[in-house]
Amino acid sequence: MMWIDTLVQGVLLGGLYALFAAGLSLVFGIMRLVNLAHGDLIVLGAYVILIIVSALGLNPFLAALVALPIMFTIGWVLQRVVLNRVLGEDILPPLLVTFGLSVVIQNALMQGYSADSQRLRPGPIESASLDLGVVTVGVMPLLTFASAVVVIVALNQLFYRTALGRAFRATSDDPVTAQLMGIKPASVFAMATGIAMIVVTIAAMYLGMRANFDPTIGPARLIYAFEAVIIGGLGSLWGTLVGGVIIGVAQTVGAAINLEWQILAGHVAFLVVLAFRPRGLFPRAND
Amino acid sequence: MTLLHTRGLTAHYGDFQALFGVDLDLQEGECIAIIGANGAGKTTTLRSISGVLRNRPEAVVFDGEKIGHLPAADIMGRGLVMVPEGRRLFPSLSVEENLSIGTYGRKVSGYWNFDTVTALFPILRERRKSPATALSGGQQQMVAIGRALMSNPRVLLCDEISLGLAPVVIRDIYAAMPQIRESGASVVIVEQDISQALKVADRVYCLMEGRVTLTGRPTELNRDAIHAAYFGVSA
Repeated sequence: MMWIDTLVQGVLLGGLYALFAAGLSLVFGIMRLVNLAHGDLIVLGAYVILIIVSALGLNPFLAALVALPIMFTIGWVLQRVVLNRVLGEDILPPLLVTFGLSVVIQNALMQGYSADSQRLRPGPIESASLDLGVVTVGVMPLLTFASAVVVIVALNQLFYRTALGRAFRATSDDPVTAQLMGIKPASVFAMATGIAMIVVTIAAMYLGMRANFDPTIGPARLIYAFEAVIIGGLGSLWGTLVGGVIIGVAQTVGAAINLEWQILAGHVAFLVVLAFRPRGLFPRAND
Repeated sequence: MTLLHTRGLTAHYGDFQALFGVDLDLQEGECIAIIGANGAGKTTTLRSISGVLRNRPEAVVFDGEKIGHLPAADIMGRGLVMVPEGRRLFPSLSVEENLSIGTYGRKVSGYWNFDTVTALFPILRERRKSPATALSGGQQQMVAIGRALMSNPRVLLCDEISLGLAPVVIRDIYAAMPQIRESGASVVIVEQDISQALKVADRVYCLMEGRVTLTGRPTELNRDAIHAAYFGVSA
């Protein structure tokens, strides 16, 4: 019984990691940009929601709704003004720029909000649980996982059912020919980063409601996100969800054996998958 | 009426100059062919017209507007649409999606749509759900031409559409050309296959080492003149 509970809690935790990773996967899948500031952008999103909660007295769920267009705009402007300038054949400039961005975000948040831990308080739902007979699950972890599935389904619909999604895939395949079809890669990339920031905001909301956060925790979230993306296969959205679940289950199983092994077990699972499937579990056929 | 002209078109790849002042004229409804040996500058000319390579604004004039400096996406939006060399289909898109991406940057209603394109190339309707790159070379070329037609181009720029295809397939591809012209599109064809170019074009430009060495109507050009313009030596 304990192992079923461990497994279920791991799967639900995987939903949070999948949310961390989905935005990263989206951006990498379209423009091959490895965004080292992704974790810090999640933390920035949590602070934006916190500011809205404090200023307007809203519940974090409603505050996140208000934060969505703000974060979309931040992502759009960031891509147009900064990241588009460094994208090209050489992958080093975007790595350096996003690393620098990570440092800037961390220090700016530290300057504005100090290193004190913060938390988003959603109310009674925070500790609510559902008794499913075999196991009891928290409502928040369940909501997180459901949100991850909804986000992945929505992104898949966007990718495979809309003109914008076709433009995303075409630009990812061949940006020069895409331009000959009237697609402007700079605009497409800006839209992609804006949409990734919407996912980041959802991830930030759950991060802030489920744990304390401070300006320095971004890089650790980035590592979880990276691991989920790489386990799933670069650019595969469903693979990202599976990757998140594998890390989540590995962590809860590790913790069940020995609490000190929780984080380590997630990283070990990542290394095992990497050793046997270097391209991830669901690599894209044309990568 | 002149729809498109280039004046003093030049192009460089680093220190290497590929074009030395190429002048072309395309009349409304006309089909011109650019022929020449490998490295003559044919593809570079099309890449310059389509905006892949930038130029001085006045180097390319379309419908009275100087467009030489515009990016490729903006030029496509004005109706100059390219069928690139080697097809360059999008591998992650199906046949149908490759066709529909042709309308992304130019949503103009006209003769061409999914139904008329697949009536021109019926095999594409049968294979509409297949990944575009799973098709044969000839079928892929049909997708590439269909993708460009979906935007209802005013000028269709075809770069080596016979390259690497069997003669029977080339014949099928070129059999579509009259209908494309009847739909109102003017056409610029870049070809190494001289006989094919002479069959479909109203006028021919021959390039050698980045310069126009011969121009005229196919009926006016004799074999020796073309040979001399093509290779720089008489037959």
